[in-house]
Amino acid sequence: MQDSGIEVLFQGINAWRLWQGMFVSLKLAAISMALSILLGIIMGMIMTSKNWLVKAICRLYLETVRIMPQLVLLFLVYFGAAKHLGIDISGELSAVIVFTFWGTAEMGDIVRGALESIPKHQYESSYGLGMKRGQTFVYIILPQTIRSLIPAAINLLTRMIKTTSLVVLIGVVEVVKVGKQIIDASRFEIPTAALWIYGAIFMMYFVVCFPISKLSAVLEKRLQV
Amino acid sequence: MSEYVLQVEHLSKSFEKGKAVLQDVSFSVKKGEVVVIVGPSGCGKSTFLRCLNMLEPIDEGNIYLNGTVINRKDKNVSKIREKIGMVFQSYDLFPHMTIWKNILLAPKLVQKRDKQETQAQAEQLLKRVGLWEKKDAFPRQLSGGQKQRVAIVRALLMNPEVLLLDEITASLDPEMVREVLQVVLELAKEGRTMVIVTHEMEFARAVADRVIFMDQGAIVEEEKPGEFFRYPKTERAKKFLNTFHFEALEI
Amino acid sequence: MDFEFIYENIPLYMEAAKLTISIAAWGILGSIIIGLLCSMIKELRIPVLRNIVQFYIELSRNTPLLIQLFFLYFGLPKVGILLSSEACAITGLTFLGGSYMAEAFRAGIDNVAQSQRESSYSLGMTRQQTFIHIILPQAVATAMPAFIANVIFLIKETSVFSVVALADLMYVAKDLIGISYKTDEALLMLVVAYLVILLPISVIGSWIERRVRYAGFGNRSAVSGD
Repeated sequence: MQDSGIEVLFQGINAWRLWQGMFVSLKLAAISMALSILLGIIMGMIMTSKNWLVKAICRLYLETVRIMPQLVLLFLVYFGAAKHLGIDISGELSAVIVFTFWGTAEMGDIVRGALESIPKHQYESSYGLGMKRGQTFVYIILPQTIRSLIPAAINLLTRMIKTTSLVVLIGVVEVVKVGKQIIDASRFEIPTAALWIYGAIFMMYFVVCFPISKLSAVLEKRLQV
Repeated sequence: MSEYVLQVEHLSKSFEKGKAVLQDVSFSVKKGEVVVIVGPSGCGKSTFLRCLNMLEPIDEGNIYLNGTVINRKDKNVSKIREKIGMVFQSYDLFPHMTIWKNILLAPKLVQKRDKQETQAQAEQLLKRVGLWEKKDAFPRQLSGGQKQRVAIVRALLMNPEVLLLDEITASLDPEMVREVLQVVLELAKEGRTMVIVTHEMEFARAVADRVIFMDQGAIVEEEKPGEFFRYPKTERAKKFLNTFHFEALEI
Repeated sequence: MDFEFIYENIPLYMEAAKLTISIAAWGILGSIIIGLLCSMIKELRIPVLRNIVQFYIELSRNTPLLIQLFFLYFGLPKVGILLSSEACAITGLTFLGGSYMAEAFRAGIDNVAQSQRESSYSLGMTRQQTFIHIILPQAVATAMPAFIANVIFLIKETSVFSVVALADLMYVAKDLIGISYKTDEALLMLVVAYLVILLPISVIGSWIERRVRYAGFGNRSAVSGD
C-alpha cells in the first residue's frame, strides 16, 4: 500500500488542520444548540398557549422550518440579508441565525410535548400550595420534563452537527474547505488525496456523531423508567 | 404408529441457571383423549404447553408426536407445528385481516390446500361457533368471546392432530367464558385430542378424561377428574383445590 | 420585484424541480428497498449480515449526506469508480435514506406484539412467512408517520445535490443570483418551488397517516366519531 496515498493524512499538520476545520463546524453547532435550548424552552411554553392566534403562529413557524430545507434558509439569510440590510453578513453568522431559528422550533416542539405530558393536577397542587406560575414552572414542571427533554435535545444536537456541514456552501472555511485546500496542494504528488481526505472527513463526522447518538439512545432507555 | 399422539419423556427446562421451571416431566396423550392441566400460578403449566409446541426451547428430555421425536434442531419446526394446534389466552388474531382471511391464511400458505375445500370447511366451522355472519369483520369489531371462538376455528381449520389450549378464558369477561367453553366441550365430545390449561375447575371436571396437577414445575398428581376433585391425594392438591372453595364460600 | 424576470425563469425552475423530484423518487425507492432488506435481515437474524446491516445503519445515520456525496463524487473516481452526477445523487440518497427507512420499519416491527409471532408460528408458518404476512403489514401501518417524515426529510436533503454538479433548484437559484443579481426574485422562486413540491406531500402524508391509524384494520367508527 506504499502508493495508496493515505500518507496525505499524516503529512505535516494536515490531520491537525482537518480537525481545526471540524471544530469550526462543531463550534457553530454548539452555539446554535445553546441558543436553541434557551429560546426553545421559551418557545415551548408559548406553544402550550390556548390562544388560537398564538397557536396558529407557532404552528406556521414550526411547519415552515420543517418543510424548508436548511440550505434554502441559509441562502435566504446569506444572500437575502446581504442585499437588504446592505451589510455583508458572514457565513458563520448566517449559519448561527438559521440553525438557531430551526433549532428553536424543533426544541420548542420537544418542550411542548414534554410539558403537555405533565398531568394537570401537578399544576393544580402547586398552585394550591400558593406558588406562582413562574415558580411552579421552574420548581415543579421543568424538573419533571427533563427526563424526556435530555435525550431529544442530544438527538437534535447530532442533527445540528450533521447539518452544519452545509456551511461550506455559503463560504465558511470549515473541514471540507480545509480538505479541498489540502487536496489542491497535493494534487501532483498524491493524486488519490481526494479519496483519503473525504474518507477521513466522513469518518470524522462519524467519530463525533456516533458517541452522541449512542448517549442519546442510552439515556432514553435509562430515563424512561 | 404409536397409540399416543403426544408423548413427553423427562422434560426439564430452566429460564436461568439453577432455577428450574420444569423438572423431569413425563406424560402422554392418547388419541381422542382430553387432558386438563391445573395448578397454582407460576407452576409451569403454561410453559409446559408452550414447550410442546416448541415456542420454548427445552433443556432436557424428548417430545414425541406420533412416536417421532420432534424437539431436535434438525427437524423442520413449522412442519410439526402445523400438526399441533394452539389457542392462546390473548386470542392473537391478526388485526390487519378479516376473520375470513385470518382463518384461511395458514391452510393456504402452509398446507397449500385446495381453496374450495378449505372454504367449505371454514364456512361449516364458523357456522358451528355461530360467527358465520362475522366473517368479513375485523378482529377489533368482535367481543373477546367471539375472538376466542375465531381463534379456535383458526386452529381447527389446520386439522391438527392435537389441540393445545392455554388459559383461553383467562382474559374474558365472565359472561363470555361460557360461550367459549361450550365450543370446547363439543370438541371434546366429538373426540378431539386436546391438552388444556385452565383455571376453570368446573369446566376441567366436565371436559377432562384425565387431570394433571402441577406444582413447582413437576407433575404432582395424575387422576381421573372424579377422583381428583373429590379425593385429592396430596396435601398440595388439597390446598390448591381449597382456594377455589373459599372463593365459592365468599360469594 | 421584477415579475417579468420571474416569469421568464419559471421554465428553468421547472426543469430543476423535475430533476430534483425524479432523483428524490429514485432515491426514496432505493431507500425503501434497502430499509426493507435491512429490517428483514435483522428480523430473521441472519448471522454476519445483521452485523453488517447494523454497522451500515450507524455509519449512515451519523454522517451528513453532503460528506457522503463528496466522497462518492470526488473520492471514488481516484480508485477508478466513476459515477455520473445522477448516479452519485441517487446512491448517496439511498445510502442515507436506507438506514432511516430501516429504523422506521424496525420501530414498527418492534411494536408488533411477540404473541403475534407465536400465534403465527403455531399455525405452522415459517419465520419468513410470518415476517411477510403477519409482521410487515402491521409494522408498515405503525411505521407510517415515521415513513412519511423520512420521505419529506429525504426530499429536503436533495437540496445539496448541486455539489455533485446537478442543476437542481439550489444550483439554478445560485446561478441566477450570480448572473443577474436579482437575489429576491431568485430566492422567492426557490422557496416557492420547494413549497410546491413539499406542501402537497406533507398534506397527503398526514391524510394517509390518519387513514392508516384510524380506519385501518376495520376500525371505521373512530373516524366517524362514535
